[in-house]
Amino acid sequence: MKPKVAFFDFAGCEGDQLQVANLEEDLLTLLGQVEVVSFREVMKEHSDNYDIAFIEGSCTRLQDEDRLKQIRKNAKIVVAIGSCATIGGINSLRNYKDLESVKKTVYGENAKLFDSYAARPIDAIIPVDAYVHGCPIDRDDFLHVVKSLLLGKKTETPTYPVCVECKKNENICAFERGQFCVGPVTRAGCNSCCVNEGTVCWGCRGLVDNPNENAHKEVLIKYGLTVDDAIGKFRLYFGWQETKR
Amino acid sequence: MKAQSFDVDVHHVTRVEGHGNIYVNVRKGIIEKCEWSISEAPRFFEAMVIGRPWNELHHITSRICGICSIGHALASLKATEAALGIKISDQDLRLRKLALHAENMQSHILHLGFLVLPDLMGVGSVVPLASTNLPEVKTVLRVHRTANEMSTLTCGRTTHPQRLMPGGFSKIPTITELNALRKKLQESIPDLQSIAKLFKSLAGKFPKFKRETEFIALKNPSEYALYDGVIASSDTGTAPAIEYLSFAKEYVVPRSTAKWAKHARESYMVGALARLNTNYERLSPMARETAEMFDLLPMCYNPFMNNIAQLVEVVHSVEDSIRLINELEAAGLQGQPDYNKPEVKVKAGSGVGAVEVPRGILFHDYAYNVKGICTKANCIIPTNQNHANIELDMKALLPQILDKPQKEIELTLEMLVRAYDPCISCSTHALKVNFL
Repeated sequence: MKPKVAFFDFAGCEGDQLQVANLEEDLLTLLGQVEVVSFREVMKEHSDNYDIAFIEGSCTRLQDEDRLKQIRKNAKIVVAIGSCATIGGINSLRNYKDLESVKKTVYGENAKLFDSYAARPIDAIIPVDAYVHGCPIDRDDFLHVVKSLLLGKKTETPTYPVCVECKKNENICAFERGQFCVGPVTRAGCNSCCVNEGTVCWGCRGLVDNPNENAHKEVLIKYGLTVDDAIGKFRLYFGWQETKR
Repeated sequence: MKAQSFDVDVHHVTRVEGHGNIYVNVRKGIIEKCEWSISEAPRFFEAMVIGRPWNELHHITSRICGICSIGHALASLKATEAALGIKISDQDLRLRKLALHAENMQSHILHLGFLVLPDLMGVGSVVPLASTNLPEVKTVLRVHRTANEMSTLTCGRTTHPQRLMPGGFSKIPTITELNALRKKLQESIPDLQSIAKLFKSLAGKFPKFKRETEFIALKNPSEYALYDGVIASSDTGTAPAIEYLSFAKEYVVPRSTAKWAKHARESYMVGALARLNTNYERLSPMARETAEMFDLLPMCYNPFMNNIAQLVEVVHSVEDSIRLINELEAAGLQGQPDYNKPEVKVKAGSGVGAVEVPRGILFHDYAYNVKGICTKANCIIPTNQNHANIELDMKALLPQILDKPQKEIELTLEMLVRAYDPCISCSTHALKVNFL
């Protein structure tokens, strides 16, 4: 019997589910291997009987916790897809602000009508079995994780920083070019895609396990940058990880 | 009409982007409630960008929506560039227009092929169509692929652009790559013709419903306005983009995490149909032929025809992209350094960026201090501008279909919502039908 899979989304842009749709011909192949029982973005049918749940988006309000716990109860395997789900992502930028004033900025006098708390990744609420990092996720990375799960293999994410991949790609270092890059402390696995495209690493795959803080400080000193500069940049994606530390 | 009683509670309308609900309750043939509400978790982007520097805003606001991330990035760049007085080259302008066409094509064809077609074929999703109508599904996928390749070529990837930056591009395609793209675009024309034939054979399933409303879209004397233009209302005429607040008057509806908007009357419509009604004469020749095939002429007041307007726009985007590549080639593609970083003099200022994105007119409005730090931001999203119009359409449509079986009523209301192709993640900076 084909494993049953379901897709769910919380606070996010749904760009990761779009990346799944963007698999195009590969999606047809994938549909031969699994049975999609719930995917609100593309199908009307819904079933609570599934083996693998893919979750996109952050948890940003109390009322969503019950929905997450129910998904955990229904699924054998829970996979977080995309930065908002894996690390809190760009949503956690707001965690540095006074939430009441944030609500007021957007909704004015009606702010009290909308329930919301600090944005957090899925594993802050329920245990997560596998992660597909990135903002957005990489289509091949997603397929790789799905294949591993279907074969019953453990998925692994790199524990080294983006710099390792970036050097292999022979990019000119962003710091050398006078820009600030979060690559030295960001989890690899993206093949340094943003630097390859001529920009910098923004940190979307999250803080690498055991970041080499001293080495990073040396980089900052070498290029005349301050810890405050770095913290400002870390806030873009590391908000939840940083506030937790 | 039977004096029937029923409740409709479509909690999370499916095959739309985000979470929205339809609530209907009818007692003895009397409509007691007919509501459209948004339950998507709010995201607070306008507050999140405060304190962030000018060269990050397009990166952050692109994350408002994965489906229209290129459009958000472009509206953001235009606002930042207006605020800081940054100019871009003609070449970069053409490349940005290509990027916008890529997203419009991708989003429209995904909506038509994956989200609308299942309703017309009487199935719940595209999945069964992959076995019953594989050639058609593959045709849709080929056009989708070409659109995505165009995104990759202009933006670095398909979702959340990397190459777009204030003042230009960090990296541009080569002329060889653009030539290959042009060939793919030319090859997609027969595919689009067969998609048009397929929709023509099914178009009878769209209800013959109409409700007069106001349309708002960008307008430009020299082209079918997408990247640039003045704001045009079918009720009140035109005004520069900077006056957007007098058009999109947003208000908060307690049952909805997305804001709503109105202008000259209780509601207005934005999106492909609004654009087509505003800019019909500027459509490319094949796009006009496609519109004529469906008798789609301005002014069209049937919201279900927004689907067909999207199809017409896909054809237009293909033809216009070919034209843009021809122009880029004729002008001679100017190279730029690797890791291009346009020179920008930071200063205090404010600016508005208006762009037509797949679902309609989008506004970003920022203020920066002398250090180029954002001190104020306002984003007005197409779907929010459509919410009131969706609900008023529902209220006008429901009495006309009350004698139909409940399942059909439910499907027709869902189809109405889907015709707007609402993008609810965007709008909360929301879809569901709930018959209570």
